[in-house]
Amino acid sequence: MQTKRMTFPGRFLPYALLAPQVIITLIFFIWPAGQALYQSLLREDAFGLRTTFVGLENFARLFRDGSYLNSLSVTVVFAVGTTLLSMTVALLLACTVNRMIRSRSTYTTLLVWPYAIAPAIAGVLWWFIFNPSIGIVPYMLDMVGYQWNHRTSGADAMLLVIFAAAWKQISYNFLFFLAGLQSIPQSLIEAAAIDGASPMKRFWTIVFPLLSPTTFFLMVVNVVYAMFDTFGIIHATTQGGPAQATNTLVYKVYADGFVGLNLGSSAAQSVILMVIVVALTVVQFRFIERRVNY
Amino acid sequence: MVENRPWANFFAHLTLMVGVAVVVFPVYVALVASTQAPGDLLRGTLPMLPGAHGIENFTRMWQSGVSNAGAPPAGKMLWNSFIMAMAITVGKLSISLLSAFAIVYFRFRFRMFFFWLIFLTLMLPVEVRIIPTFQVVADLNMLNSFAGLSIPLIASATATFLFRQFFMTIPEEMLEAARVDGAGPLKFFKDILMPLSITNIAALFVIMFIYGWNQYLWPLLITTDPDYYTIVMGIQRMTSEENPQWHLIMAAVVMAALPPVLVILFMQRLFVKGLTETEK
Repeated sequence: MQTKRMTFPGRFLPYALLAPQVIITLIFFIWPAGQALYQSLLREDAFGLRTTFVGLENFARLFRDGSYLNSLSVTVVFAVGTTLLSMTVALLLACTVNRMIRSRSTYTTLLVWPYAIAPAIAGVLWWFIFNPSIGIVPYMLDMVGYQWNHRTSGADAMLLVIFAAAWKQISYNFLFFLAGLQSIPQSLIEAAAIDGASPMKRFWTIVFPLLSPTTFFLMVVNVVYAMFDTFGIIHATTQGGPAQATNTLVYKVYADGFVGLNLGSSAAQSVILMVIVVALTVVQFRFIERRVNY
Repeated sequence: MVENRPWANFFAHLTLMVGVAVVVFPVYVALVASTQAPGDLLRGTLPMLPGAHGIENFTRMWQSGVSNAGAPPAGKMLWNSFIMAMAITVGKLSISLLSAFAIVYFRFRFRMFFFWLIFLTLMLPVEVRIIPTFQVVADLNMLNSFAGLSIPLIASATATFLFRQFFMTIPEEMLEAARVDGAGPLKFFKDILMPLSITNIAALFVIMFIYGWNQYLWPLLITTDPDYYTIVMGIQRMTSEENPQWHLIMAAVVMAALPPVLVILFMQRLFVKGLTETEK
């Protein structure tokens, strides 16, 4: 990694400049992460009197535990659902806005602000709209004969959190898709049009392949978002229920550790999550290196 | 646009209007609900037009809150949110500027080591290390304090990388000229680097402020004293009670969403710049 050709001399100053960042990192990031690793190897007895070293037993238990495996599949469904829904809608909107000339900035402004809304607030908003007794959507669904109830139906609850999570993420995906679309040379599209390619054909054979770096980047970002940033949506609405149907991995770490006080298991879950984040970060960075040469 | 197709244009506008309607709908419903009288939300369906009790609900929420749910007045919670968001933003920006400056403009032992140490924080979001971090903060007696709300969140790998990236693009001649004129490192930082990075700082400020304002899990864990509740987590306390008073909750929701939304609307260009650059 490079520095400037010419640098300042200084024996203590660089360390002093780095100190605040490094101290905070050590105290609040590295140390807790180390603790999580350590605790994941321990087990406390039911009264919290004795702790024993159990090696990888906590991990082995997790993968035998039906509720953890359930949480794993819930997270996959939730992440895939959120990513697909928000990216599809965002791509459609971005392509349409990109056609516009005068109204482009107005539509952009109208579409980007949900980014500012906290996940928890987004959850409460959708929870309210879908509220089985007073919400507007269940009322309409009732007219077509569907009884919506996210308090009893796991599928309904899952749909609800996916809607809330995707709704909030549309603006982000939209901005990146729009930027990606604008960097596609207009001449390619014009050439295809002269050769008689229809708009649909032009999209699938030119625009979509050229957008693939953006699409791939957004996929990673959206999966990370759905896995880690949506705690607020779940906690403020379904709280993992009904019957564990929306108990994602991150929510389960919280519920098992803070509510259930099962420290060893919660720490082991934290460690698994860290491994997932590291893997996703590596994927993201490797990909970005490639994009530079693209 | 390549060819002129009136029908395609019509459908494009239609699609966008439907899209905007879907995006706006939840907030519109919240606005409508926040203007209803207490009983209106208990029977049947929600009215689709604003009621007449808006000012009443907002004043009540602002001044006294939903006391039986243990939530303090919204005015107080908004103020707490503001302090927390500002502390996180200013803290993140200042320590990132300093460490990027050290990494780019000095050569010293363990430079790479520190760089990777900072990089690691990127991989450890609060959500994955909840309990040990909570224990550290509890041991340091920082529960129920603004320090506890903000300091653990201010380390920032993204901001450090962004500033490092930006400093690398500043011409070498700047530094040479400054050194010829006898400027020391701190003077160079204050009089040359800071003014040059002002747009980047502003763009990151917008992103970080929204990040700080929207914190949920962390305040939820470390505040048990209502004096330190922030608005985003305070709303959850109100919705989790037996008979939620939706007209007041929705007034609080509107108040909680308004500051960051206004930030985006008025600083849209900076926001887009910050968003696209932090993710690079």
